[in-house]
Amino acid sequence: MKRNGLPLALLAVLVLGALPLVASLPIWITLTVAGLAMGMMIFMMASGLTLVFGLMDVMNFAHGVFISVGAYAAASVLLALKGQAQAPGLAANLLAIGPAVLAAMALAAALGWFFERVIIRPVYGDHLRQILVTMGGLIVVEQLIIVIWGPDLIPLPRPAALTGSFIFGDAAIERYRVLAVAVGLALFGAMWLLLNRTRIGLLVRAGVENAEMVEALGYRIRRLFVGVFVAGSALAGLGGAMWAMYQESVNVQMGMQVLVMIFIVVIIGGLGSVSGCFVGALLVGLMANYTGFLAPKLALGSNILLMVLVLLWRPRGLYPVAK
Amino acid sequence: MLSLAGVNTHIGQYHILQGVDFEVPRGSLTMLLGRNGAGKTTCLRTIMGMWRASAGRVLCGASEIQDMKTPEIARLGIAYVPENMGIFAGLTVRENMLLAARGGAPDEKRLAWIFGLFPALEKFWQTAAGNLSGGQKQMLAIARAIVEPRKLLLVDEPTKGLAPAIIGNMIEAFRELKRTDTTILVVEQNFHFAQSLGDAVAVMDSGRIVHRGRMDALAADSALQAKLLGLSLEAHP
Repeated sequence: MKRNGLPLALLAVLVLGALPLVASLPIWITLTVAGLAMGMMIFMMASGLTLVFGLMDVMNFAHGVFISVGAYAAASVLLALKGQAQAPGLAANLLAIGPAVLAAMALAAALGWFFERVIIRPVYGDHLRQILVTMGGLIVVEQLIIVIWGPDLIPLPRPAALTGSFIFGDAAIERYRVLAVAVGLALFGAMWLLLNRTRIGLLVRAGVENAEMVEALGYRIRRLFVGVFVAGSALAGLGGAMWAMYQESVNVQMGMQVLVMIFIVVIIGGLGSVSGCFVGALLVGLMANYTGFLAPKLALGSNILLMVLVLLWRPRGLYPVAK
Repeated sequence: MLSLAGVNTHIGQYHILQGVDFEVPRGSLTMLLGRNGAGKTTCLRTIMGMWRASAGRVLCGASEIQDMKTPEIARLGIAYVPENMGIFAGLTVRENMLLAARGGAPDEKRLAWIFGLFPALEKFWQTAAGNLSGGQKQMLAIARAIVEPRKLLLVDEPTKGLAPAIIGNMIEAFRELKRTDTTILVVEQNFHFAQSLGDAVAVMDSGRIVHRGRMDALAADSALQAKLLGLSLEAHP
């Protein structure tokens, strides 16, 4: 088997290995779809961060607030367009979901641009200061969220067309999870095409490996840095919007709550690797759901164990980027 | 073509280049020789703007480039092949070449000429560059630098770690390049390679140029070689 196929085989082993442990096909199907949906949403939130890590060598601990801000922006729009969001029929719902997602991505992108320009640019190449200033920025933005939206959890009813489940035999699959899987696959496909079939993608892949050499070929890598940072922030905003609808609520801490899993995914996948991030996110999502059912107390610990095992197997992640 | 006047470079607290003066005549192949740690690589990186000159002037043609950023310097038509070759291992040979051709897809005629110099690149066109052998990687690094016509080519130790047969191929490739009138500055430790190709030579020691002249004159003077480089031609048949 080719070396690149092994992480996919690991995914298959996890999925098939869970079946006898769960011991019920309908529950296994439900858990698997739930795990894939969760993995896709984590991928949306993590894909930008892995490129920022790989390309810019920046440790951005504030990535969680891009998720929170995206979630709050989406919630504000969905609550303001409650009539459309709760109307029966997908078309009417899309009139609320579309603007909500666009608002989430736009606000997170704008915040990302501000962060890159004001907070991160002065500390390129200095990891310790990056951690300190991004943590500081995170605290400031969290407080701003409290000032604007208040400290309390805001309930967010899911758009009507996305509630309920598809029933296959004895298995129930939530509609929203199917949507999350579809959006995640579409995003991965789009990113793959962008990275592998366009000149900008070629530059990003080369920049992740050796930014200095890209400059020596005559390209202004700083502009690429800003573009990737803003795009990564927008994707975090998209992930935040999806996560908010999944949780049916938003709160200030939600970005930070998923950030641990995002870091695990980025490390498991290999810093800078979008394919690795995708497979890593699916592994983490599936592992969280299977262990959440089989041994709930081990749910978070299981992902840390997964990370340890993957790093023992491949110390630079599932799909390490050549440096 | 290229002229350095009183160039100083500091890296942190270290004063590496201490007033470097030399010229690379248009259309020539100039060898920059010197012992390890003499400042040769720093010199090339300073020309490319990767280290900022703390004093002095670097002229490329009529352009003063010491304050320019690296991409702007590259866009003047200066190509750089670093000591570690700087190839993108995760990209295919084709993608490496495509990236270096800033004007779009590489010109077919030029590509055919490059394949004539380095046939292995055509064979491994769709192979990830990281899977190439050391010699093939060096071929790719040089091919990438010349995928479009350049005014000036800076090459850092092209023979480092290569087998003698591959070095022979490299010598032939550089001879072919010289016929195109490209101006070339090569940092080299291999004296046999240097004397086979060099028109002019500059020798560095402790961050300064300590000798300038014709390569054939240095090759003919064993005593001068021993004095400047601590070697003799007899040791490098």
